[in-house]
Amino acid sequence: MQTSVAIKDLAIEFGAVKVIEKLDLDVGRGEFVVLLGPSGCGKSTLLNAIAGLIDIVDGEVWISDKNVTWSEPKDRGIGMVFQSYALYPQMSVRQNLSFGLKVAGLPRDETEKRVGKAAAMLQLEALLDRKPSELSGGQRQRVAIGRALVRNVDVFLFDEPLSNLDAKLRNELRVEIKRLHQELGNTMIYVTHDQIEALTLADRIAVMRKGIIEQFSTPHEIYHRPANTFIAGFIGSPTMNFIDGKLTEAGSSMTFSGTEGVSFDVSRHPELAGSGGRDVILGIRPEHMVLGESTDPEAYKAKGKVSVVEPMGADTVIWVDFAGGMRAIRMSGDPTVSAGDSVDFHFPPERVGFFDQQSGVRIRITAYLRHLY
Amino acid sequence: MKRKFWQNIMATLSLLPAWAVLLVAYTGSMIWSIQISFTSSRALPSNNFVGFDQYRRLFSTSRWLVSLENLVIFGVLFVVICLVLGFLLAVALDQRIRFENGFRTIFLYPHAMSFIVTGLIWQWMMNPTLGIQKSVRDLGWESFAFDWIGSRDLAIYALVVAGVWQAAGLVMVLMLAGLRGVDAELWKATRVDGIPAWRVYISIVLPLIKPMIVTSVVLLGIGVVKSYDLVVALTGGGPGMASELPGKFVMDYLFERQNIALAQAASTVMLITVLAVLVPWLYMQYFRKSGRSPT
Amino acid sequence: MNVSVSAPNSATIAASAVQLARGRKPHRLTAGRIGLYAFLITAAIFFLLPAYVMLMTSLKPMDEIRDGAIFAFPRTLTFEAWWAAWSSACTGLNCNGISVGFWNSIKILVPSVFFSIAAGALNGYAMSFWRVKGANLLFAALLFGAFIPYQVFMYPLVIMSATLGVYNSIAGIVIVHTIFGMPLMTLLFRNYYAGLPIELFKAARIDGAGFWRIFFWVMLPTSTPIIIVAVILQVTGIWNDFMLGLIFAGRENQPMTVQLNNIVNSVTGERVYNLNMAATILTAAVPLLCYFLSGRWFVRGIAAGAIKG
Repeated sequence: MQTSVAIKDLAIEFGAVKVIEKLDLDVGRGEFVVLLGPSGCGKSTLLNAIAGLIDIVDGEVWISDKNVTWSEPKDRGIGMVFQSYALYPQMSVRQNLSFGLKVAGLPRDETEKRVGKAAAMLQLEALLDRKPSELSGGQRQRVAIGRALVRNVDVFLFDEPLSNLDAKLRNELRVEIKRLHQELGNTMIYVTHDQIEALTLADRIAVMRKGIIEQFSTPHEIYHRPANTFIAGFIGSPTMNFIDGKLTEAGSSMTFSGTEGVSFDVSRHPELAGSGGRDVILGIRPEHMVLGESTDPEAYKAKGKVSVVEPMGADTVIWVDFAGGMRAIRMSGDPTVSAGDSVDFHFPPERVGFFDQQSGVRIRITAYLRHLY
Repeated sequence: MKRKFWQNIMATLSLLPAWAVLLVAYTGSMIWSIQISFTSSRALPSNNFVGFDQYRRLFSTSRWLVSLENLVIFGVLFVVICLVLGFLLAVALDQRIRFENGFRTIFLYPHAMSFIVTGLIWQWMMNPTLGIQKSVRDLGWESFAFDWIGSRDLAIYALVVAGVWQAAGLVMVLMLAGLRGVDAELWKATRVDGIPAWRVYISIVLPLIKPMIVTSVVLLGIGVVKSYDLVVALTGGGPGMASELPGKFVMDYLFERQNIALAQAASTVMLITVLAVLVPWLYMQYFRKSGRSPT
Repeated sequence: MNVSVSAPNSATIAASAVQLARGRKPHRLTAGRIGLYAFLITAAIFFLLPAYVMLMTSLKPMDEIRDGAIFAFPRTLTFEAWWAAWSSACTGLNCNGISVGFWNSIKILVPSVFFSIAAGALNGYAMSFWRVKGANLLFAALLFGAFIPYQVFMYPLVIMSATLGVYNSIAGIVIVHTIFGMPLMTLLFRNYYAGLPIELFKAARIDGAGFWRIFFWVMLPTSTPIIIVAVILQVTGIWNDFMLGLIFAGRENQPMTVQLNNIVNSVTGERVYNLNMAATILTAAVPLLCYFLSGRWFVRGIAAGAIKG
């Protein structure tokens, strides 16, 4: 895959505060990358640095094989969409789309052609002569996207573009952006704190915390094999169940024992080999927990008391008191149990992940192999 | 229920002083003042009504006509220069400069001083024998002249200089608040679009801070109409009556020349001038986008 | 190193430099930036010069002032003019210095600030939270009044205060300041209270608190910021007043601004410029101190006074 945007050794400071210290990121041509993380994690800062809107302290920024580290934003070959839309308030939609091109000295017929094309693509034709104040939030954001579109650039940057919209519009526009990406095939870098947006839109997600990219991977990988407990806990709702415990090794068998006498035979997890005596966290997502008894001899079986039942329409979340905490079980359809019931539940070994209790890092086979040799 | 009623009565009672002030001190005085302007009162109010005689006399009084003419010259120059200088200062302060607080403090401090102080300072600065003029001439520029307060043609411009010095900081503060209120993302969008900063200020920011500009114009304009202290301290209206203003005309005819009917005719003209500016503006500010009504 | 500076060559160098760009963008001092600072410094000189000249003049003996170098430092530094201005400057035949005016101003200032703010806070509170008939009309009309030149009300108010027997007295001028301060103060507090959550009021009502109790125990304690703004506005405004003080305070109670103008502008004989300037500085000192000490609050006051609605 060709690289479209490359960040090398990036460092950013606000006064004495080091926001980003040493960050690398490679985005492939035509790729849709989402920067995801809690507020203050540096994701917007990173995007602004790519756009050239804030000063960096160290490192390089490459866009389309050109070093743009010192270039003005307008010369970087980017278009950008902002959370507050940032439309020019007293200009019509048409003027908003064409103002930058006019200032850049583009011929009038070329400008009109581009505006027409963008308007058609975003269904803005009927709105061209309106002012931003006469548009709905969703329409305003379409205009903002259009303003990026007319620039005919390789890279689109989105800074939380849907955060100011209500839930319904957000879903609509999300689909719109995905469609746009499929049609145009541009590189898109998209900042959000909304995990649903990240999971639905991204080819790859970069999960950030405190100025560091914690994991940069496909949505599937991030969801199913989170690199650490932070990512595991940040993505998914209700959040992944974490059960603290200790591993004990006896011959070829490995046992996970938690509080309240909870004990599982975890010998079939190759990544745990050699970890006897280690304090670990067992992670299992609510939807992978199943109510009822299991006939599968390999499944981890458990019992607990239901404390709260939350029906959510399409599915139900059942909170069970188990191994020293409240654990969520997601079942489809209407609830079949009620608060106070004692229930059996189980979960399959292949859905379970183990994390180191101290560092929170996922225990992987590779780590063990590296340890061996 | 009874208690609630009593509480509302209490609220109504608490506003009685305000009503009294409004009805007696403001409305009552205003009506009385207008009424006097239609009488032949001189040192004391009389009830001898003479119609528009005082207004006719007023507009044939050369001192009043000079005052009006000065009002226009002073008003236009003062307001325009304050606006332009205030806007430029605000824009300059908005460029992420060093010592921003220091500069802002310097530009605004004259506004903390009274017009009397302002007038006296500039009277000394413009002193023809010992002031700036002398210092510059001593440097070798023999023909330099800054004796405006002593000149019939230029005294009114001396008022403008002193007034601008005192009030430009106010405009700067208002404009700066407006500039700082502009969405930071809007600026980012213009940078991505490659629009030069001067163009952003003219095409995008200026229309955005229109409310601040209008507010400044109204505040400065009303200040101009009622100006009295500055003239008294700086030029005393002179030389002759070269720098007389309506605000001073009224005060002089009320308390020195003992011609209250004429003075009240003049003040009524002032009132009408102010209302012409005020009514549309207040309408815009309040009654179109009213705040929370007291329910 | 031998680098020729022919055009194509330097262009290539520039291009490769761009490809090698790394880290912080080199900070170049552009012409625009220099122009910007030149403008700021010129403006700063324009605003500072009068204060500088005023200060220098006040520190010189008259002999030096007669030489005419107003920008020069004093050759002999003397505080005599300050002392004279404070304690022996003459207004007509009275030669007790501007300290008389200073104390008069204080006597006028304290009650005027207190009463105008108290009135504004009470009005703003009653208008914002209580269902009072005609409150909106009252507010709009008061606002109107705030913008009308004092000259329009002046003569009838003189007659009224004379009838009440408070003309030419501290009480008279305090009443007048309270009347003319009321609109702005009401506006300030009304806007402030309109920004408070109405739930604060409702909760107090449910707890059984009445009109005055809510005002004194709930609203006033949350009003500190706006009270500070109000105090700054009123202290500078009333201290700097000239016209009202001139007309209503009477000869015995002339505020400092009026006395200053008399000292400077109605003298016979040679003008004592150093004394004049010292007296001017003394008169400006209170609002200036207020300005420098309050910092951003002063700016907030201006913004609030300019009715940001």
